[in-house]
Formats: sequence, structure tokens, C-alpha cells
Amino acid sequence: MKNVLFLIFKRLGASLITIFVISVIIFIGVELLPGDVAESVLGQSATTETVAAFRKELKLDLPPVIRYGAWLKDFIQGDFGTSLANGRPVSELITWRLANTLFLASTTAVIAIPLAIFLGMLAAFYRNTFFDKLISTTTLSFISFPEFFIAYILIFIFAVKLNIFPSLAIIDDNMNFTSKIYAILLPSLTLTCVVTAHMMRQTRAAIINVLASAYIEMAEIKGITRLRIIMHHAFPNSLSPVINVVAVNLAYLIVGVVIVEVVFVYPGLGQLLVDSVSKRDLPVVQASGLIFSIAYIFLNLSADILSMLSNPKLRQSQI
Amino acid sequence: MNNLLEIKNLYIEGFYEDRWQPIVKDISLNLKRGEVLGLIGESGAGKSTIGLAAMGYTRQGCRLASGSINLEGIELFDASEEDLRLVRGSKISYVAQSAAASFNPSHRVIKQYVEAPVHHGIMGYKEAEKEAVELYRRLFLPEPEKIGYRYPHELSGGQLQRAMVAMAMSCKPDIIVFDEPTTALDVTTQIEVLAAVKEITEKMNKAALYITHDLAVVAQVAHRIMVLRNGRLVEEGETRQLIKKPKEKYTRELLNVRTLREEKNITDKMDVILDIEDVAATYTGQDMALEDINLTVRKGRTVALVGESGSGKSTLAKVVTGLLPAIHGSIKFFGKDLPLELKKREKEDLRRMQMIYQMPDTALNPKQTVRKVIGRPLQFYFGIKGKQAEERIKDLLRNIELDPDIYIDRLTTELSGGEKQRICIARALAAEPDLIICDEITSALDQLVAEDILNLLQNLQNKTNMSYLFITHDLATVKAIADKIVIMLEGKIIEQGEKKQVLSPPHHEYTDKLLASVPEMDPDWLDNLLEERASTFI
Amino acid sequence: MLKLLQQSPLSARIGMGIVILNVLVAIFAPLIAPYGETSIAGDVWEGFSAQFYLGTDHIGRDLFSRMVFGARNTIALAFITTLLSFLFGTVLGFIAAVKGGWIDQLLSRTIDMIMAFPTLIFALMILSVLGSSIPTLIFTIAVLDSTRVYRLSRAVAMDIEVMEFVEAARLRGEGLWWIIRQEILPNAMPPLIAEFGLRFCFVFLFIASLSFLGLGLQPPLADWGGMVRENAGAITFGIYIPLIPAGAIAFLTVGVNLIVDWFLHLSSGLHE
Repeated sequence: MKNVLFLIFKRLGASLITIFVISVIIFIGVELLPGDVAESVLGQSATTETVAAFRKELKLDLPPVIRYGAWLKDFIQGDFGTSLANGRPVSELITWRLANTLFLASTTAVIAIPLAIFLGMLAAFYRNTFFDKLISTTTLSFISFPEFFIAYILIFIFAVKLNIFPSLAIIDDNMNFTSKIYAILLPSLTLTCVVTAHMMRQTRAAIINVLASAYIEMAEIKGITRLRIIMHHAFPNSLSPVINVVAVNLAYLIVGVVIVEVVFVYPGLGQLLVDSVSKRDLPVVQASGLIFSIAYIFLNLSADILSMLSNPKLRQSQI
Repeated sequence: MNNLLEIKNLYIEGFYEDRWQPIVKDISLNLKRGEVLGLIGESGAGKSTIGLAAMGYTRQGCRLASGSINLEGIELFDASEEDLRLVRGSKISYVAQSAAASFNPSHRVIKQYVEAPVHHGIMGYKEAEKEAVELYRRLFLPEPEKIGYRYPHELSGGQLQRAMVAMAMSCKPDIIVFDEPTTALDVTTQIEVLAAVKEITEKMNKAALYITHDLAVVAQVAHRIMVLRNGRLVEEGETRQLIKKPKEKYTRELLNVRTLREEKNITDKMDVILDIEDVAATYTGQDMALEDINLTVRKGRTVALVGESGSGKSTLAKVVTGLLPAIHGSIKFFGKDLPLELKKREKEDLRRMQMIYQMPDTALNPKQTVRKVIGRPLQFYFGIKGKQAEERIKDLLRNIELDPDIYIDRLTTELSGGEKQRICIARALAAEPDLIICDEITSALDQLVAEDILNLLQNLQNKTNMSYLFITHDLATVKAIADKIVIMLEGKIIEQGEKKQVLSPPHHEYTDKLLASVPEMDPDWLDNLLEERASTFI
Repeated sequence: MLKLLQQSPLSARIGMGIVILNVLVAIFAPLIAPYGETSIAGDVWEGFSAQFYLGTDHIGRDLFSRMVFGARNTIALAFITTLLSFLFGTVLGFIAAVKGGWIDQLLSRTIDMIMAFPTLIFALMILSVLGSSIPTLIFTIAVLDSTRVYRLSRAVAMDIEVMEFVEAARLRGEGLWWIIRQEILPNAMPPLIAEFGLRFCFVFLFIASLSFLGLGLQPPLADWGGMVRENAGAITFGIYIPLIPAGAIAFLTVGVNLIVDWFLHLSSGLHE
């Protein structure tokens, strides 16, 4: 057990360093703006006051290291600066949208994870049958499609032709849970298609890998029933790779959510990020980029830790 | 009913090259209670396939084509999955070659023992557990009360193999199939497992199929032997009879004790070409992989470096070639100090010392032709190109007894194992070396092929007066080819000297154990050895 | 090679057909397109007709011509980016595998760092700072994508590197360049070719997504992702137009994936 703890701490440390480096990169990114930052961002027509305000906003009058320190300190305290586009505090803009994004992502996860594992297991147990081939072809297509293609097809069918779901996913705080779910059903379905396809294919591969082991053959030769072989011999050893697959694909969800939010004009963090990038609203880009990155790193971290914990060899050593 | 198992006219097919092809052809066998039948053959003989078929089981990509498999009156050939399941494990069980892969890493060893009897409804969990401990004790496992409660990766290879033998006994089956149960083990560990097998077949009176490629091993345990080749029966007979008077040529070839070559004596006057002094090496920086190594190789002579896995013999090859630089000591080659690191050595020194590897499959680039493999050292060391190179390559191919016109433009993947190893030899010869390091070069080859390779090396040495540093775990090979023997254990040389001297008593204690563990063709050898050991322990 | 093609399954043939069709359209775009890339020829969002095979877009340009030029722009951009990504990735990956030691450590840790960052977010941030131009786009995506190529080529090269024929070359005294070119590269080709297909798909989809978000190729250049964005509003009126460029993207990636699938199956089969 000591061993595992050590590995987990090591992994945790690596993640913290990564987050630190990423915050530095994000910070330097702004520094790298060619020419005079303020003018290039605000354009030639900017008045001297706005330029000065901008410089102060980015603390351009101080040396970089101090500026980084101040920025990081503010960030940790939840002060992400003010938006260049509309002058409102970034934290205010972000909080509500972050909650919306998490709502969409977690709804998707709740649908996609059980579905993917279930289909993956079925495809593995009935590999090379018609069912397996059907599922493999379908998922291969979903992986090949851009998210917005799936999204528009769903809109075309369910919103335009059948008119049973809204084509825009507009939500506000006054809506109750069911109507919120109803509003985000199409975007969530789009994400589910993509994430499930990836997750299911990898789950299938992981389980087939375990089923090919010599100890599964041994169990068959011992005359153990198929059900028991699956539950008792295959399952405990598949756990580690499958958990890893799930967590890694949830990390993918973070990227997918950006595009889907834009398609459905969903008021989430992804759409905010894209808007701010086109407006070059740097404080907002910095903050939302960092939040996305931290979430991504966190999910990859949990993937690794969970698969370490579920790896029988690691778990058992030196108890 | 006299026979426990009756297989009649069995054909098994495998699916490769896009069609079903027979891999076991017209095999019939009988097994009586308390009888051990040995199945012996080289790779591709179909012996494992027959072993599994005795349980009505075929691997993926294989199928039972025709014939009959009758186990205690039950026909397995076309039995339903459920009927087969009821028989497997309870009436007939299986011991696989690799115990490490065959135990589920997630469960304790004893839990996997208990699984079959509880599942087949033969006994309760507690009772099975008690019997497991008893069996572990009978099979000489250390701490029999505790060892079962460990996880598979916490046991050594030999212990796991015995735990698997115990597991095969858990339902008290009438027949056990042993599929090369000792092949992956060192000779000294092999004895422990063979003793366990003997305990079960003789004292517990079980019938068994014993599958192996090693005639000396099967002679110890089997009452009858079937010799197989390419899926067909070559010869069948009672063990002593078959060993004394084999009818078929193939059996005689398998039986042939290696022709001991005449020993060349070693004198102090002969040129020392390699002189290793006080060498030590480490992989980790802390634990020493090699310590206090002193060793000389003389011109035209063969030094055999012997040891079991983990003894450091292959590490020593790495140190000599400079892949793993020694941390202290010196390596003199023709009287000159070689730099310890490969990168600092001169091309001429590299040329004079060549290497041949254990796995001919990975020692040759699969994307290159024979011409390129042999041509490269010619060009690299001597600048020979074009027509001249072609002539030289053909010469070298003739030297290794392959027809140049057939082989020169073949890809290395289009060769058999033995041919590949010959090409490796030709690649080494192309550099016109003074010393060739041979790292386990015969252990991946079938017995008869290996024999040919050893003969070839012998002829080449007689012609060119090269020296060999021959690394091996196989004492039979050592006896056949060595002038001098060096025995290694845990990174140290524990004994070295001329062959005669090392092989005749008095031995170092470990040498003694090592020599005694090599199975001999004599069917009484194991019994005598075990008796002897038992008496010395008391 | 020809024999191999003859034995290819239907799915792979369909894939090859799709890819060849797309490449031909891209190469001969000016000959195929009836209208100019940016010329306004009709009304907004007209339907199918003999004059406009696929109708017109949101400002009345011929959609078919835009699709044809879009094929050229989108595929060429993705192809160049993937090539560049492979150049970076394989060279560094092979060097790391063969040299080992601190070089490997330095490269691998740096790459780990970049990979810990979600690619799309990273790209968005870079583009927000540098602005979106074609060279920035190519370079940014190539660098980000080369991390995956690096991982694979390093792993593949490591697998080959431990084989004894590489050790034999080292013992012979061969240099780094010979070992990479003669011993490792020929054996690394099958997985790398398959990976090239996968990476191309990824890059192609990635650029399409960026364009869709308005951060890829800039109008009035025709590119499929951007065309989906420009015409997105049509969908709520029940007009299929945005589905055409989106479908074209899906069509090509499916085609490439079908070939890759066959190739992976083939190279894994040859190993046995």
C-alpha cells in the first residue's frame, strides 16, 4: 500500500507542476503579443485613456515576475480581473457559465458512461458477430464525424422536422430541473454520441485483451461457467483499464463541450472562451483557459490514480 | 472399461493462410488408470493440441475435424459446452507451461485452488482449503499453511508451477495433462517440479499425459512414450524399450547423445586473446550484477559460460562488448586494454569481436535480405562492394552450408529458425573475427537443428582457429563443445577450469547440484537422485 | 502491392474511392467549379437547380463551386500540417528512443507538459494572442499534434531498439543516422503509416472545428468548417445547406478511417 501512496503522491506532484507551468505559459502568452500589446489589441483608433486603462488592467507597468505573482495571487483568490470587452469582473462572467458547462458535461457523463461500458462489454463478449460489427462500424463513423455535423443532423431531425426539442439550448436560473434537462437534451445527445463511441471502442479492446489471457483459458479448462469467468476472472482485471478509459474520455468531453456549446448557443464556459478569443478579451481567455486546463489535468490525474488503485499487482504489494 | 481415455483417429485442423489445414493427423491413444503417457516431439508436432483435445478443448483458430475422444465412457468429440464444462477440471485437469500467466493476478493462489472443487460441487470451501494445504505440503512447497494466501506474483516460478500442479489435483481428477510444465524453469528448479509430478502420478496413482520436447525428462515420468512429428505419430513404445531400441530413424536422432568432440587441451603457451581482470558491473548503481570476474579466452578454444537465469552470464557478454561499461577492472583484447565503453572502441577492435544471439528472429532485421545482412559488414569493415561483395557473400553462404543461389536474395523473414541462425553466423564471419560471443544461440531452436548449428560452429573453428565465448544454461551443450568451463552464480564466478577438471569430482557444491540436476536418458535417474537427496537430508 | 489491393475488403475500397475522389476534386478545382471561389452568382440560399447544383449560400455564392474550392483549401491545409507534424514528431521521437538518457528525459517531459493541456484550448489561446493566419494555424497545430506523433514514434522505435539486430548494428560500430534510417525506420513504417491516416483525420477535423468556431481560415476563402458556420442559421428554416459541407468533412474522415482500419488489421495480421 505504501508503494501505491508513493506513486499517487508522485503523480499528484507532477500534476501540480504541470498546472504551474501552464499558468506560466498562459501568462507569458499575453507577454508575447507582438508590438505594443495595448495598441495591437485595442486597435489604432483606441483613445489614450483606454490604452492606459488596458495597460493598468494587465499591469503592464510592472516587471513580468511581479506581475505573474500578482496575477496568480489574484487568480487563487478568485479575482480574475475585469473583461476588456464589457468591463465586468471576469469571475462574475465565469461562475454562472461554469456551472452551466458542468451541468451539461455531467448530464452527458451520466448517460454516456453506463451506455459505453455496457455496449463495450457486449461487443467484447460477442466479438466478430454481426452485432459487434454493426456497433464497430457505427462508432467508427461517430468518431469520424465532426461534432457539429452530428449536432446539425440532430437539430435537423428533432428540432426542425419533428419539432420535439428546441434547436437552441437556452437556460436560465428560473427554470426547474426537468425543463433544464429538456433544454439541453440535444447538445447532451450530441456529446454522448461522440464520447460513447470513443469510450465503447476502448472498453471493448480492454476487455478483449483480458479475455485473451492465459488465466481465462485456465478457468475455462477448469470447467468454470461462462458467467463466473466473466464476473470473477475477467471483471477484476478489466477494471483498471476500463476506469482509465472512462476518465480519459471524460477529459475529452471538456474539449467537445466547446464546439457543442457554440452550435446550440448554450451559455457555457466554452462559448464564452470562443467569443473572447475572437474579441481578444485576454483576461477572460486566460481565466477560462486555465479553468479548462485544470479540469482536464484533474480528470487525467484521477484516471491514473484510479487505475493505480484498481491494479491488483500494485494494490496488493507490501500491504 | 479398461481405458480411462481413448482417442481414436483424431484429426484437428487449424485456420491459417485463409483455409483450414490439418495440424493433428490420425492420432489414436489409450490411457489406463495409473499410467503416464509421454507425448514427445519438436515444435509443430501438435503435442499441446492433442493434450488440450483430450479435454475436448481447442484454442481459437483450431477445431476438431474428425475422430473420437472417449473419456470414461463420455464422448467429448461432439459433446455440448455444458457437458464439456462438467468434465473439465473434475475428471481431467491441465497443468500449463507458464504458471505465471495461468494464475489470475487478482486472486490469492489458494482461492484459485478452491474455485474448481467448490464450483463443481465436490466439496465445501473449508474442506478444499484444508486439502490445498495438505497438497502444498506433499508437493514440498515452503510454509504450506501460509503460501496459498499469497498472490501469484509473490511466488517464485518453481513454486507457482507446483501450486498449479496442486490446483490441477483439486477435484481429484482421474487424468492430468501436463503441458511442458518444466520448460520455462532452470534445471535445479525443474527437479522440484518433476518430483511433484512423480509424487502425484506414482503415490497418488493418477493417469497422466506428459507433454514435452525433452526425451530425458519424459523418460523419468512416463511408462509409455509416443513420438510425434508434424502432427503424426512416428513411433510408440514402452519407455525402456523405446529408449533402448528405437525403431524409427527420427527417434534415434532425438535420442542420440551428443557426440562429444575430442577435447583440445589448453596450455599456458597459447595466446591469450581476451583477458578479463577484476571486472564489476551494475545496472542500478547499487546492486552489483557482476563482481570479481577474472577470465581468459585463448586462441582457437571455446570457453563455456554456464549458469542459471539471473547468474549474470549474459550481463558479462554485455560488459565484454561494452554495451554495459564495467565500473572497474580491465578487459584486454590481444594484450591491449579495450576502452570499457562501446563508443570509445576502435572499429578494428569491434570487427575482431562479433556476437551471435539467442533469438534468430529478432537478431535479423525483418526488412533486409540475406545479401544486405551479410554485405553490410563487408562494406563497413573492408569497403568491399558490388561484384566482389557478391562473390564474398556467396562464399560465406557456402561456408554455412546454404545454397547461395537460393538464399542470397531472400528476406530474412522467409527463412526457418535454423537458417536464420546460420545467417547470423555468416554475418559474424563476414567481419573475419577472432572471437565470437555466442549468447544461448541454440536454446530457441529445436534439438536436431541445434545439433547442426553446433557442428557447424565446430567445423568453422577447426578451419579458422577462431575462439568462442559460449554462454548457455544447457549443460549438455557445454559437455559437447567446451574446452574450458566457467560456472557463474549470482554475478560471481564460482568455479572455472578445463572441462575434464570441472566435470570430474570434487566439485564446488553448486556445480555439483547443477550437474546432478541435468536429466539423463536413464529412466531411473530421477528416482535415484531423489532417494540420494532424501538420504543426505536425513 | 497490386496483389494487396486486389485482396482489400469492400470497406477499404470504398475508403480509397472516397479519398481519391476528394484528392482529384482538390487538384482540379478550377476546372471543375462552374463559378469563382468568391463570386456572387445568385440569391441567398437558393435550392438545387441546373444552374446551382447544390444551391447557393448565405450571400448568394454557388455552393458547389465553394465546396470544390473548399476541398482544395481544407485538404491541402490539413495535409501540410500533418506532414509538418510528422516531421517534428518522428525525428524527435526516434532521436529520443535511440539516444536515451537526458535527451530522452528532456524531450519526453516537455511533451508530457504540452499534452497535459487540452489541444483545442491551447490552440484557442495561442490564436487569441497571435491572431489567426494560415502560417500561425499550420505551425500551431503541427506543433501541438506532433506530441502524439512523438509518443508513438518513440514507443515504436523503443520496441525496435531493444531487438538484437539493432544491438548488432551498434556493436558493428554503426552511427546514429544509419541505425535510424536502415534499422529502425523500415520496421516502423507500418504503424507510422496507419498513424499518419489517423493524425490526418484528427488535424482535418481540428482545423474544421477551428474554422467552424471562426478561428481557422478566414473568409472569403472557402473552407468546409467555415461554410458550416456561415450557413448555420439556415438549419432553423429547415434548409439543409450547412449539412453539405459538414457532411463532406464526415465523408472524407470516414473514408480515411476505413483505409486505416484495413491497414491496422493487415499489419497486425502480418505479425502473427
